[in-house]
Amino acid sequence: MPSALRHLLFIVAPLLAVFAILPSVYENHLMLFNFVVFLILAQGVNVIYGFTGYLPFGYVGFFGGGAYGFAVMVMHLHASAPVAVVVAGLAGVALGLLLSPLLRLSGAYFAIANLAAALAVLHFVANPALETITRGPYGVSLTATFNPNAAYAAALVVLALTMGAVVFLKNSRFGLALQSVREDPVSAAMAGVSVVRMRVIAWLASALIAGLAGGVYAWYVSVFFPDNVFSGTFSIFAIVFALFGGVATIVGPIVGVLLLYGVYNLIGFTTPQYFQLIYGLLIMGLVLFLPAGLVSLATRRGWHVP
Amino acid sequence: MSPKSAPILEASGVVKRFGGFHALDGLNFHVAPGEILGLVGPNGSGKTTAINVISGLYAPDGGRVSFRGQSVGGMASHRLVHLGINRTFQVPKPFLSLTVRQNIEVALAYGRAASAPPAMASLLDAFHLSEVADRPARDLNNVQQKTLDLVRALSTGPQLLLLDELAAGLNPTELDWIAGRIKALAQAGMAIVVVEHLMGFIEQITDRVIVMNAGKEIFEGTLAVAVTVPQVVEVFLGGEHAA
Repeated sequence: MPSALRHLLFIVAPLLAVFAILPSVYENHLMLFNFVVFLILAQGVNVIYGFTGYLPFGYVGFFGGGAYGFAVMVMHLHASAPVAVVVAGLAGVALGLLLSPLLRLSGAYFAIANLAAALAVLHFVANPALETITRGPYGVSLTATFNPNAAYAAALVVLALTMGAVVFLKNSRFGLALQSVREDPVSAAMAGVSVVRMRVIAWLASALIAGLAGGVYAWYVSVFFPDNVFSGTFSIFAIVFALFGGVATIVGPIVGVLLLYGVYNLIGFTTPQYFQLIYGLLIMGLVLFLPAGLVSLATRRGWHVP
Repeated sequence: MSPKSAPILEASGVVKRFGGFHALDGLNFHVAPGEILGLVGPNGSGKTTAINVISGLYAPDGGRVSFRGQSVGGMASHRLVHLGINRTFQVPKPFLSLTVRQNIEVALAYGRAASAPPAMASLLDAFHLSEVADRPARDLNNVQQKTLDLVRALSTGPQLLLLDELAAGLNPTELDWIAGRIKALAQAGMAIVVVEHLMGFIEQITDRVIVMNAGKEIFEGTLAVAVTVPQVVEVFLGGEHAA
């Protein structure tokens, strides 16, 4: 059996099945929805960071941009929710194109510039002068499309597409070429790889993923303010979850989300002080002992991790 | 193929400046298919800069670089690779976290070799990398990493190969072995430019050398003749040694 098919059958399909069944046996649908959103975002970070090495500290910019893309379509053009989700993804891609000059930077400079760019998008959207379009800082209310069950199903579709993209990267020469660019752009060019084109494709793919996630999020919550959908927490959580599990793998970000977001939901609300203590210790331990994530426990032993 | 055939690469009056420093100051040379050309000269004479310009890492600030009659100065590296130019690096630059096999696979898949490149298995075998094929490149020793750099270049089916100090750090057995490999590639019609400090190695493999000083060629011919030219002796050893 080709490994791509194996990955789809034994990793992606069970994950989707679990999250498709859980709402009928577990009551806290919002929490399940958030799990799915973070799975999407962590895999989106995986696409850009794991495969190209660009750390997107302002990843939430695409997410918030997608949420507002959805809102504008519903409020002004009275679009149906699925159409608005597609437009949300395109809004992410458009933002990605606008910000593609950032790819000239690398390392911490890229991360900081990307963070600044996300803040710029937030303040653009939240500008009171744009009240007639985005409702500025006063937030949007999208009662026309309110349908949490349909939005949850849409989130699963987006998760399926995202996972499919990661499986493709993990099993294709295209993904291998992306990793070669991450390892050494000069040598990658000398292997015949168009470095700039590769980076832009990965960047736009991760922007599309976050835009779609923002769209389904807007559909699900239906009432939100700029500060909600542009909250830096989305970037930080998605990055930490992906890194904790281990990037450039399929299972790493999944493990990271299930474990860390699980801990967050267990004690994050009830005893936030312990949560922050445990989170801090976990992240310090990770950086010190497992900089390549939990999966490196296996890869160090020479085991192959999909 | 005879070294007398038409040049595949011609550099004429190539200039490369870094600020006010002229790393290349009107360099002229050519190399023909099947020929091994040595590029020698003291440190800082512009040998590596010449290779960096020809392989697209730097755009020239003046002059003309033509490959198979086409002007290629300033073209992006990956496009030069597709045209048939490749190189190795003085400090090898493999994709460290990828396996040896994956390193080669990228070049085989994206190199767009004009004629079918050698198969993975024969490359691994010919360059003694079969045993480490599934190890990450970071596990290799320096000589193996240099060999991998060479195999990565060969996987793209180059017609012009630029070798930047490939021999440095090799033991005598490895030197003989790699010299044999390079000669075999030239006999198959590849044009090869070798930048090297090891004069014995240069003597063993090259048909012709260019001696560079301060970004220009000061001698062209065989190494045996070069060492009798006062100007060449002067740039290597200092004025008082020149006869």
